[in-house]
Amino acid sequence: MDVVLLSRVQFAVTTYFHFLFVPLTLGLSLLIAIIETLYVKTKDKDYLAMARFWGRLFVINFVIGVVTGLPLEFQFGTNWSRYSSYVGDIFGPLLAIEATAAFFLESTFLAVWVFGWKKLSPKMHVAVMWMIAGASTLSALWILIANSWMQHPVGYVIRNGRAEISDFLGVMTQEYAVLTFFHTAGAAYVLSGFFVMGISAYHILKGRNIFIKSFRPALYFSLIFSLFVVAEGHMHGADLAEKQPAKLAALESLWKTQTYAPLYLIAIPSMDNDGNLVAFAPIPGVMSLLAHHNPAAKVTGLNDLPADELPPVAIVFYAFRVMVMLGGLFVLLTLYGWWRRNRLAQSPRFLKILVYTIPLPYLVCAAGWTVTEMGRQPWIVYGLMKTADAASPVAPHQVAFSLAAFIVLYSLIAAAALFMMIRYARRWPEDGGQEGRGR
Amino acid sequence: MMETVWFCIWGLLWAVYFMLDGFDLGIGVLQPFLARNEKERKSVYLAMGPFWDGNEVWLVAAGGVTFAAFPVLYAVMFSSFYSALMLILFALILRAVSIELGEEVRGAVWKTVWRGCLSVSSLLPAFVFGVVFANIFRGIPIDGEGIYYGTLWTLLSPYGLVGGLLFLLLFLLHGSLWLAVKVEGPLQGRSARSASRIWPVLLVTAAAFLILSAFQTDLYTIYLKRPVLLAIPLIAAAALFMTRVWMARGAWPRAWGASCVSIFFIVMFGVAGLYPALLPSSLGATFSLTVHAAASSPMTLKIMLGVVLVFIPIIILYQGWVYRFFGGKVDEEIYAKH
Repeated sequence: MDVVLLSRVQFAVTTYFHFLFVPLTLGLSLLIAIIETLYVKTKDKDYLAMARFWGRLFVINFVIGVVTGLPLEFQFGTNWSRYSSYVGDIFGPLLAIEATAAFFLESTFLAVWVFGWKKLSPKMHVAVMWMIAGASTLSALWILIANSWMQHPVGYVIRNGRAEISDFLGVMTQEYAVLTFFHTAGAAYVLSGFFVMGISAYHILKGRNIFIKSFRPALYFSLIFSLFVVAEGHMHGADLAEKQPAKLAALESLWKTQTYAPLYLIAIPSMDNDGNLVAFAPIPGVMSLLAHHNPAAKVTGLNDLPADELPPVAIVFYAFRVMVMLGGLFVLLTLYGWWRRNRLAQSPRFLKILVYTIPLPYLVCAAGWTVTEMGRQPWIVYGLMKTADAASPVAPHQVAFSLAAFIVLYSLIAAAALFMMIRYARRWPEDGGQEGRGR
Repeated sequence: MMETVWFCIWGLLWAVYFMLDGFDLGIGVLQPFLARNEKERKSVYLAMGPFWDGNEVWLVAAGGVTFAAFPVLYAVMFSSFYSALMLILFALILRAVSIELGEEVRGAVWKTVWRGCLSVSSLLPAFVFGVVFANIFRGIPIDGEGIYYGTLWTLLSPYGLVGGLLFLLLFLLHGSLWLAVKVEGPLQGRSARSASRIWPVLLVTAAAFLILSAFQTDLYTIYLKRPVLLAIPLIAAAALFMTRVWMARGAWPRAWGASCVSIFFIVMFGVAGLYPALLPSSLGATFSLTVHAAASSPMTLKIMLGVVLVFIPIIILYQGWVYRFFGGKVDEEIYAKH
């Protein structure tokens, strides 16, 4: 394998792994802040017990999220040095601002929250968690602005043989970034809601009804954001029609440019990236409607785009399906949960399903990023620089070694983290536990 | 002018990173040897627990600022030091996991395994960062395109190894002193003894590094041209000396403070000596990467200057507050987790 492919695989491995931890940090910080605020407002000790219970899981998740983020920043230099020299004038500041404006805040204050239970007043203590939640959201915003610039570069000029910044505000506020941010944050909140619901369900099934106090906020949270992500995702998709037509066409494996573009209920794209093996049961106009809000609108097909500028259609197509279908499932599950919200303890089957649903939002996030990143190929910066031209002048064996080491190290960490998380997730909260038992 | 300002900020951020993360790396290496029972291990954990994560962010900031202000340096430096930086990354990841999970596991065997991991994964970044920076000071075989003609072994020249040893010893002393500040009883006695044993070895290594630098690098050129800059190595030497004076008096916080100053100025000694290069080439001075060739556009430098001038002081304020908030001796009761 060559350096480009090896570096791509390595970036994929490290990013997927990092993103197992990021969404829970984003959402759980907010949920803990809400639960701890309920404690401060109501003085109900059960909420305190819940904040502490979830806090323990949060800290393990947070720390691994932080350190697995380091390789992502470093790899732009180690593995993608030509990319870094070419667009660093724009991309570098975004990462640097993320570090200075947001990342410092969350990392520094996490310790204050963890070690400060007795040193801070309850009000100050919850304020710290709100600050952590705010800072991690801000962190995500800057990183997604950077990613969006790779998807839809704006605000630059080509000067001195590289891309230089010309409109920084334009880069920060472009529509693509706004849409990506809300989509990603929404998905992270859904994931965290399902995480809290799933583990709470496990305990409620064991008769530990104190967990209804974390289940309910998580249910409302996931319900709101499952609906939000679907609606927002639609806007995000429609935005692609103008900005990334190849990605849009790949989502539905649409090869022919046409008006009243259909959505095929069943389609199988060929692995050779040159058409569909099977495509039947078209519903005319649906894709036009989704892309342009008009069933008669013309949608550009993949055949009318340069063949060397097409993404791997099958991967994007299937990943998109996983994302959309499971996203729909989350809406149904949360709506059902809303209907049963006052009879949770009497809905054992629903609770059991929720326990097993915990991994699904993780899968959806991975699928979503696959759509985003694979759908951008063969570009590293859409329309500006190809991935093949971006890698470092390093030797293939160097990357092969580091990739192998990442795989071994991350497998061990995954095993250790999963073991710890499951142990804590099962454990009865130490305080506030007794009075909650059997209620 | 702007490039020169950024050169200073660049060096400063790396120096601050080593100054802060240095002590928890040092503690990480030493902890299996210093702590003898569960209570002492807990104290060691509490001495670094509230700080290490915030310290490590300075690395992200130093990396980010290198990327933003000198993208070409970021590209050349990070790809040239590929294997070394990967080693550092693996170690830092393992270290974080060892600190947090090692604290949570039960079972004596697992605790021993995680403590061993923490020691090794703290030692590696300390040593390898030293090797990397010594090689930056000395210059590496890069051509005009920024392509590196060497391997990981190229970096391990005698000068590189002395650099690695210097960083390691600086951090070991720094960590011992921080423990002496934070803990009490026999553990403090052991930390203090550890510091007294390390100091003379560090002194010899630092002297060797300074002398070798005269033969192996061009660092001194700028000091001969502008003798006022000699204040930097002199402050470093004075701080190292004062560290020992305050150690002898049992004034641990001051000794630790002096150790901070010595780390900061030793790094700055090397960085200042580079100017106007950021990464000298050992293949010929024309291939050296200079601040002007590596810098971002004036607009980016201006935006980033605004960003660091606003945020770095704010960060220093709140991190300073956190150090004060968790000041004094560690106390298991008050630091109660969960």
